[in-house]
Amino acid sequence: MADMKGTQLIHEYLRHNKKFPHVFCAGCGHGIVLGSLIRSIHGLGLSKDEVCVVAGIGCSGRLAAYVDFNTVHTTHGRALTFATGIKMAKPNMHVIVVMGDGDSMAIGGNHLIHAARRNIGVTALILNNNIYGMTGGQCSPTTPSGAFTMTSPMGQMEQSFDCVELMTAAKANYVARGSVFHVKKLDKMIMEGISNPGFGVVEIMTPCHTQYGRKNKFKTPVDMFKNIKDTVISIERYNQLSEEEQASRIPSGVFVQKDTPSLEEKFYQMAASCQGGA
Amino acid sequence: MARPRKKKNTEIFALGNEAVVEGALLAGCTFYAGYPITPSSEIMEIMAQRLPLIPNGSFIQMEDEIGGLGAVIGGSLAGRKAMTATSGPGFSLMQEHIGYGCITETPLVIVNVMRGGPSTGLPTSPAQADVQQARWGTHGDHSIIVLSASNVQECLDNTIEAFNLAEKYRTPVILLIDEITAHTREKIIIPNEDEFEVFNRIVPTMPPEWYKPYEETVRGVPPMPAIGSGYRFHVTGLTHDTNGFPTSRPDEVRELNERLFRKIDQFLHDVQIVDEIDTDDVDVAVIAYGTVARSAELAVKQARELGVKAGLLKLSTLFPYPRKATEKIMAKAKTIIVPEMNMGQISREVKRVNNGQVSVRTINKVDGQIITPAEILKVITRV
Repeated sequence: MADMKGTQLIHEYLRHNKKFPHVFCAGCGHGIVLGSLIRSIHGLGLSKDEVCVVAGIGCSGRLAAYVDFNTVHTTHGRALTFATGIKMAKPNMHVIVVMGDGDSMAIGGNHLIHAARRNIGVTALILNNNIYGMTGGQCSPTTPSGAFTMTSPMGQMEQSFDCVELMTAAKANYVARGSVFHVKKLDKMIMEGISNPGFGVVEIMTPCHTQYGRKNKFKTPVDMFKNIKDTVISIERYNQLSEEEQASRIPSGVFVQKDTPSLEEKFYQMAASCQGGA
Repeated sequence: MARPRKKKNTEIFALGNEAVVEGALLAGCTFYAGYPITPSSEIMEIMAQRLPLIPNGSFIQMEDEIGGLGAVIGGSLAGRKAMTATSGPGFSLMQEHIGYGCITETPLVIVNVMRGGPSTGLPTSPAQADVQQARWGTHGDHSIIVLSASNVQECLDNTIEAFNLAEKYRTPVILLIDEITAHTREKIIIPNEDEFEVFNRIVPTMPPEWYKPYEETVRGVPPMPAIGSGYRFHVTGLTHDTNGFPTSRPDEVRELNERLFRKIDQFLHDVQIVDEIDTDDVDVAVIAYGTVARSAELAVKQARELGVKAGLLKLSTLFPYPRKATEKIMAKAKTIIVPEMNMGQISREVKRVNNGQVSVRTINKVDGQIITPAEILKVITRV
């Protein structure tokens, strides 16, 4: 398995004889995230049995069905609560949660901030395409102001969440932002997120030309990828820009990296001392 | 060599809520997640103290009841016997996850210490107003097991029963108690280990590549491996095929839905637990559950002293509704009386079974007060 390359490696982890074709549109970024996740798990040398992938609802929620791990497709917005239960019950398991921007920050916003606050040792991948894809293109908590969606036909009037700022404020152990255009960096971020002892979040900028692009002048996947390439820039480059230039850019990189012990680690230490160090 | 057992049972003076915890721990519960709400909070508080003392025990207070039941499902999928406790408003929030538990066949126990309602209602007053919510609260068709308890001892016994049924039938089991039983303190007996049965979910023994997570079995209940035990499969709230993957093929959809009902409905004799008191020669029968069954028991006794042939059918199982036991008593009695602290949630079931054969009288009280023995006796002697 060690010398497998590229698609050979990906195929090793897919449920090829069980659940294909997949539901993603041609040109979707979710497949790239899936590839990145597989390379990261493989790179960390984890066995299939010690990984649990938990997903919410929506396009990103379907991702779990395609990979040969322990996989749980949960209810809308609540994936983190299931993951919290699994991690508390099986602290040695690597629990990775895959959510969309609506899943994690709208209906699941409360669970997201509390998972970060309590520092449960799960890794959250937030696939942010700024739109509700599977339900038909309605606005999400990360839809930029002014963007057109099915439920903001005159342009989005609300402000959008900055996932990184939100998670930093909520005290997550590891906070990073990457994109499906910068795959090597993304692989590294996911690996770091999984290795981190506490709650790790990797926000991943990914395109949805079907629902977001067609209403916002990015009709083809290529347009969307070009846009990601131009707007998602490293923190270093971002910091050198003027405020005006920054407004149209998204900084990417690692924003928070702490090694605060995770909740389950603290809990089982406490329990062991209650049981007389047994 | 068998280790020597304590011969004598332990007697303790306990709250209903404490007895629930004792029962859960005896049944092998090692996982609790939830969100505090009056009048169920003692269950959570005592679990927070007790679970860290148990090898492999884990406890977590979540941000709300939705998260509480989500974590319980996660804990159960990871192989633990898991539970949560709540009251009316929290129970409403849990409904979507109850449905998820049904379709994914995840064993778990939910204790609902009912309070008056609707909405936030009467936080510290008793009611039995969540009976139909327990049956039909979540969306979609599904079978479910709902138990009740009428005194503190039954809080312990029926919690053990709830775990056993959950594990045996791979399903959420709901235990409904009311605020009076939850907050009554009385002497109970903690049984010795050999005096009660503990059922653990059946785990697969075949090689992982042979395993189909939702395949039909003789009992209709597929074996269930823990996450991380080598059997990798997909769990989803979507209607799924025998491999666990989403499907909309009519034959596979029908097969799953029918099996979810069948796996419980073909074992009604096992899941429907009732007690009959003075029902051998009965003219007037009371059908009651929860604290009200206690009032009814005294009322029936007093009626007998007055020369009225009265009897009581006490329901420990509320759903699947004990139709056979009800029919049996209807064949003898001329009048059935159903007292409830709601507007008639179990009398609906009684009337459905009755179908016009005998006279069914209801006593409904929704003022946050218990139905007293005198109130039931008055109706018994009047009919």
